[in-house]
Amino acid sequence: MIVADRKPLEEILEMIKDYEKVLLVGCKGCVTVCNVGGRKEVEVLGAALRIARKKEGRPITLDETTIERQCDPEYLEQIRDIHDQYDGILSMACGVGPQFLSEAYPNQKFYPTINTKFMGGATEHGVWEERCAGCGTCLIHKYDGLCPIARCSKSIMHGPCGGSAKGQCEVSDDIECIWDTIVRKKMEQGRLEDLRIIRENKDWRTARDGGPRKSIREELKK
Amino acid sequence: MNENGLKSGSNLEKVLVAGHFAFTGECGPPKGANVEHLKEKYEHLRGMVDSVNITDNQTAVVRMSSVAASAIMVGDGIEPNYQMVCRDRNRLAMMADILGAYSLGIKNMLCLSGDHQHFGNHPQSKNVYDIDSIQLIAMTKLMRDEGKFPNGEDVDVPPKMFIGAASNPFGDPYEFRVHRLANKIDAGTDFIQTQCIYNMPRFREFMKMAVDMGLTEKCYILAGVTPMKSARMAKYMAKFVPGMDVPEELITRLEGAGKGKQAAEGIKFAVEQIEEFKEMEGVAGVHLMAIEWEHKVPEIAEMAKVLPRPTFD
Repeated sequence: MIVADRKPLEEILEMIKDYEKVLLVGCKGCVTVCNVGGRKEVEVLGAALRIARKKEGRPITLDETTIERQCDPEYLEQIRDIHDQYDGILSMACGVGPQFLSEAYPNQKFYPTINTKFMGGATEHGVWEERCAGCGTCLIHKYDGLCPIARCSKSIMHGPCGGSAKGQCEVSDDIECIWDTIVRKKMEQGRLEDLRIIRENKDWRTARDGGPRKSIREELKK
Repeated sequence: MNENGLKSGSNLEKVLVAGHFAFTGECGPPKGANVEHLKEKYEHLRGMVDSVNITDNQTAVVRMSSVAASAIMVGDGIEPNYQMVCRDRNRLAMMADILGAYSLGIKNMLCLSGDHQHFGNHPQSKNVYDIDSIQLIAMTKLMRDEGKFPNGEDVDVPPKMFIGAASNPFGDPYEFRVHRLANKIDAGTDFIQTQCIYNMPRFREFMKMAVDMGLTEKCYILAGVTPMKSARMAKYMAKFVPGMDVPEELITRLEGAGKGKQAAEGIKFAVEQIEEFKEMEGVAGVHLMAIEWEHKVPEIAEMAKVLPRPTFD
């Protein structure tokens, strides 16, 4: 799923400082699963904004709603009747949300309340880790199900680099050296020869380097 | 190969091919356009070493470009070993710089991953890593030997570089390090300069594995030496420099030398190392990285009895 963090309250307050009536829109997709933009988080942020503005002596009218998915035009229709009743709209979805909202309602102003970080999952309660860089050409099978593109700080295809020590990345002790893990797994399984192959230069055209991407499924198009 | 049977005809290549024990040095370009400062540093190395590594934004701190500093040295009659890291440039920029470097008279090149920019003075920058160090070796070899770019197009005058790479015998997982060295050799490196060595027992073991695997028949391995200036420096390197293995005994030895004598003890240890490397099977030379201590190189070279350096007509 897409994993995100909420922006600091001060930053959100600054975005809407001139507004008196605001709508806060949550999303029941990924950001609900990673506990950052679902109904519960919408309530918490909504309350915090109201309190902060009251304290400033400039109370705000802030309505809340949480829709199925902000990345689907069908569900964006859920706010069509009310979208023009506000000075601005805060989106509590990943970076896709405010953009789909902007495209659906060109006359309204939309603001992000969260920072979208990566594609990953929860490794323990309250901890999410990156697993995929969305490079568009999956190579995971060559590395026993572990992706060096997403998980090595240098995305190298022949690791580990000289900075790997005790299973940790040179960048931080909090980062696992994924190459250390790949190598140990191959050694344990007696398949070291898999790592004696010189890999071709990666074709980054399928990644973001090739420009903004589209996925077209002709059989699904109407 | 050139007509003379050499790949590049660099001085370093000639020294190694002739079977001499190579001795290379290192020089970091200035944090600015201070050419005089650069000259002052490398002049200490003139006649003392076979080639001088010019670092490329080392530790991810921005400095005068390694290609420019290398070209200045070429003009001044000292042979550079031009370092290139994968952190700062994509394959287009790499190929362009390789061609540019060669056209400026640079004949040795060291292919490196590079420290992550997190360590440096511009940690906000984007990290490139379009290709990695092993792919950089292969690409340089392709351009040199086949006269081709990776897309199959012809190179109009191939860059005849003597291709080098680094190896860290002390990184983890330890058992895999010699295999990664083998990958670099398969990719086409002509010589290797190792990470600074302090843990001698471990390095002896590493070299034995390399010899047993036949790697030293395919590539010249230069052992990395950085003299410690003090016990404090040793402790710092042990703790903060990625992939560095500094045994406790060395720190104790430096501390035991007493105040004012630690630098001399550090040099003494480095000289002992060089003496051992001369005898060690598979070691073709020493790469001396006297960081911000270039003026000590003549003294160390003298003590290690590696002078005079061989010359060729």
